[in-house]
Amino acid sequence: MMFTTRLLEALGRVWIGLLLSFLYLPICIMALMSFNASPFYQLPFEWTTGWYADLSRNGRLLAATWNSLQIAVFTTAIATVLGTAASIALFRYEFRGKRLLQALLFPPIAIPWLITGTAMLIFFFGVGIGRGLHAILLGHVALALPYVIVVVSARLQTFAPELEEAARSLGASQWQVTTRVTLPWIMPGVIAGGLFAFAVSFDQFVVSYFLSTPGEATLPVEIYAAIRKGFTPEINAVSTIIIGISMGLMLVTARFFKFGGEK
Amino acid sequence: MATSIRGRGGIGPALPLLTPAYLWLVVAIFLPLSAMALFSFMTELPMSGRDWSLTLEHYAAFFSSGLYVTLLWASIRLGLEVTLWCAIIGFPAAYVLARVLKGRAREAIFLLVILPFWSNGLVRIFSWAMVLREGGLLDTTLNAILPFRIDIDLMYSYPAVIIGLVHSYVPYMVLTCYLTLQAIDNALIEAARSLGASRLQTLRRVVLPLAMPGLLAGSVLIFVPVVGSFMEPRILGGRTGTFYGTVIEDQFVAVFNWPLGAALSFILLAVVLVILSLSAPILRRVQ
Repeated sequence: MMFTTRLLEALGRVWIGLLLSFLYLPICIMALMSFNASPFYQLPFEWTTGWYADLSRNGRLLAATWNSLQIAVFTTAIATVLGTAASIALFRYEFRGKRLLQALLFPPIAIPWLITGTAMLIFFFGVGIGRGLHAILLGHVALALPYVIVVVSARLQTFAPELEEAARSLGASQWQVTTRVTLPWIMPGVIAGGLFAFAVSFDQFVVSYFLSTPGEATLPVEIYAAIRKGFTPEINAVSTIIIGISMGLMLVTARFFKFGGEK
Repeated sequence: MATSIRGRGGIGPALPLLTPAYLWLVVAIFLPLSAMALFSFMTELPMSGRDWSLTLEHYAAFFSSGLYVTLLWASIRLGLEVTLWCAIIGFPAAYVLARVLKGRAREAIFLLVILPFWSNGLVRIFSWAMVLREGGLLDTTLNAILPFRIDIDLMYSYPAVIIGLVHSYVPYMVLTCYLTLQAIDNALIEAARSLGASRLQTLRRVVLPLAMPGLLAGSVLIFVPVVGSFMEPRILGGRTGTFYGTVIEDQFVAVFNWPLGAALSFILLAVVLVILSLSAPILRRVQ
């Protein structure tokens, strides 16, 4: 009896180990190959940083990286501010239609990006917004907003509205209540929401793909184009950098925001 | 405690805070979706300068040509297969995570499982190319271990697409199953065991029914995006990777038949909405 339990638990641990290797093996191979001299990924392994040097001279990829970073930073700033404002309103006030407004956050998350992306392409083209970086930014903020609102609202659940009431009865103005009482309390949620927004934008491919033009593309779009033309180890190098950035970012986010709820 | 400001009232005072965010969502999500619905009934794009009229021809094309229906079925089958694999791999892992591991080890492994999910999907799909291609890691390793020589070139095949998609989406399943499994009261399992139920019976009659909302939520979260996937089949499937999503992509970036693309997208949206509305009560219970 004890023995069976032990055995099953050991098997379970092995299963988790297998899952983790399944998840991380390809990524590790890719990272390793970005340091391998052979352009056809052949062994034996020969150390080189040449592909990273090539990357630093690849104007297209560098420009796309810069575009991606800019868009991610602007998306983060805009989505965090607008999303936090909306979350506070949804928390603070009771009104008819509130449930509808909350339900409206669901479609942007749940509808496949292929549909959202092509719909944006049609509409932006139709009303004269067109394609390009501004259209990509417009789309990214919309995709990031629901995430920010959900994350900040989760943090607001732990906030006691009586605190706002107390500040108000002590003569604080609405602005003071918000900036001195509410915001400091929900700041971990706001920061986590901002990091989510950055990740959503920086990793976004599908929507950017439909809204980009040949001259104005983000990094994932350029990588997709490069992959379809044929593999080069430079893509490994840039992919390794991207995955490093996004995983590092999420590790930081995890510090601010417990995924399974509050501690 | 109902206070004056939290009391039920008009939307008025909330408007300044709400309007910017929701206006943005309307302009960038809801108006585009409506526009797509409208354009799918037009013969030409109104901004192309040519005459246009309302038509059902794109929807007729979907049902009459057979090709699109076949591809939609292929995508739905792909979605079901990927979901099934994710459940087979993800559920036991979630169980171990929720009920065997404890403390810091659990926290660390949980984070490790969901971490890849927040890194670039395109790049992760691409990384499989290195493993699956002929002369890639899988080929080399198997031939080093096995006494006989076999050629493994999974790249550009249906299994490659499945592997890539399962890799992309299995963290969802682990996450949702973990949340429901973790909430199961230990006493229930102990009670079943002490009343003489075998492990298998306990799993089937106690654990699985209680974990069902998590399994279903995970399935929906996986199935919906997989049905609309196009980048993964393109990169890993090559010529065999033609699915409903890739056909929609073609309408917009290669064939430039936007109205047809809009109709195909809209049909996909209808499929997705049916699935989401059927599963909405389940999803709500998980939260």
